[in-house]
Amino acid sequence: MPHITLGASQLTCPSETLLLDSLLQANLRIPYSCRQGICQSCLMQSLDAKPPALAQVGLKDTLQRQNYFLACRCYPEQDMHITLPNQHGQSINAVVTEKRRLAPDIMQLTVQANGLNFYAGQFINLQRADGLTRSYSIANPPSPDNTLEFHIRRLPHGQFSNWVHDGLAIGDPLTLSQAQGSCYYLPDNPAQPLLLIGTGSGLAPLYGIIHDALAQGHSGDIHLYHGSRDPDGLYLTEELHTLAANVAHFHYTPCLSGEPQASGYAQGRAHELALADKKNLKGWRVYLCGHPEMVNNSQRMAYIKGASLKDIYSDAFVVQQAE
Amino acid sequence: MSETTEAPVSLFEQLGGAAAVDAAVDIFYRKVLEDYRINRYFSNVDMAQQAAKQKAFLTMAFGGPNNYTGQDMRDAHARLVKMGLDDSHFDAVMENLTATLQELNVPENLIAQVAALAETTRNDVLGK
Repeated sequence: MPHITLGASQLTCPSETLLLDSLLQANLRIPYSCRQGICQSCLMQSLDAKPPALAQVGLKDTLQRQNYFLACRCYPEQDMHITLPNQHGQSINAVVTEKRRLAPDIMQLTVQANGLNFYAGQFINLQRADGLTRSYSIANPPSPDNTLEFHIRRLPHGQFSNWVHDGLAIGDPLTLSQAQGSCYYLPDNPAQPLLLIGTGSGLAPLYGIIHDALAQGHSGDIHLYHGSRDPDGLYLTEELHTLAANVAHFHYTPCLSGEPQASGYAQGRAHELALADKKNLKGWRVYLCGHPEMVNNSQRMAYIKGASLKDIYSDAFVVQQAE
Repeated sequence: MSETTEAPVSLFEQLGGAAAVDAAVDIFYRKVLEDYRINRYFSNVDMAQQAAKQKAFLTMAFGGPNNYTGQDMRDAHARLVKMGLDDSHFDAVMENLTATLQELNVPENLIAQVAALAETTRNDVLGK
């Protein structure tokens, strides 16, 4: 019978009993609801062996790739070390190697950290020595020098963001969590057209995803719409225009929703312009990052226009309330 | 010659099982979101979760394996009933369900059976 390890608990689980039932019988607290593989409340992750295929039915491909599975659909086949989502992994020490101002209120923070596996577009919790913690998206694909880039927008009373902008220095330590989230690129369908829509520093994960996709030889069209109210909120525009000039299948549309109109920008909200431009999104993969309302509206509009829900990846940036 | 002796096939199997539910959810949920009469009841929710609920509902209406409880349905819709959810909205959902099945070329006699199963949730959904 397979041995299942969860935290400090070790269980011997019969293969003909659902893993969820074995865990619950052992008085382990596992969230669950529908028991039919639908609600995904009992989502868990295997840290070593691949989970049974049946236990991964209906999960996003990016989650399947990370060995996530549903405990209520899992008849264990082999030994597994499992965990609940986002409760695993030790923290990792990092050192600040660069700070570069991308826009008046956006700082690109580069840190160096060894032994961290991630995909561009996932997010990481950054922690200051006193414990103050915030989540930021990774804006670059894995590189040989083990660096990670983040775009830190200064918030009016943001304790963490103001500290990054004003206090944090090159050489300072930071503690990182393991990478989390399912908003990233997978090279399983290189010809699929991609639509990426971001507002503000929601560009960060998209910037990483685009570079990752291109590095992995993505051949389908890639359309990026980046939106802000005023030109100061758009950044990396030079780099993106250059990329569009050099890569025929990459298309970049910077959008401004505020007044007055400025030349060189599309006028309007990024997601409205992006979705108005596309008649039918059947077969597209859509990435949405930034303001929660934009993300929710776009998700709905993209779905109605034919994109399949499993092909819509989103990351809503929720601003943490200042304590 | 007209004798038929095969074992009775369940409604769920006749419709095509889980794959048919997936195909139907995709069409049905889009119709619901586009229907101005009811889409306000579907706003501000996690779409993946919402689609999962539609799938559970259709699985039940297709006669498939389910854990349907009237109480869950009541609890889930209580907030919407306060917002004014009534028979006209339930009728609109039923209309979308029928149109979905017609689009999938499901025979009329099976559509009637699905509609009858879906209809059994009306009082729970509307908190009657």
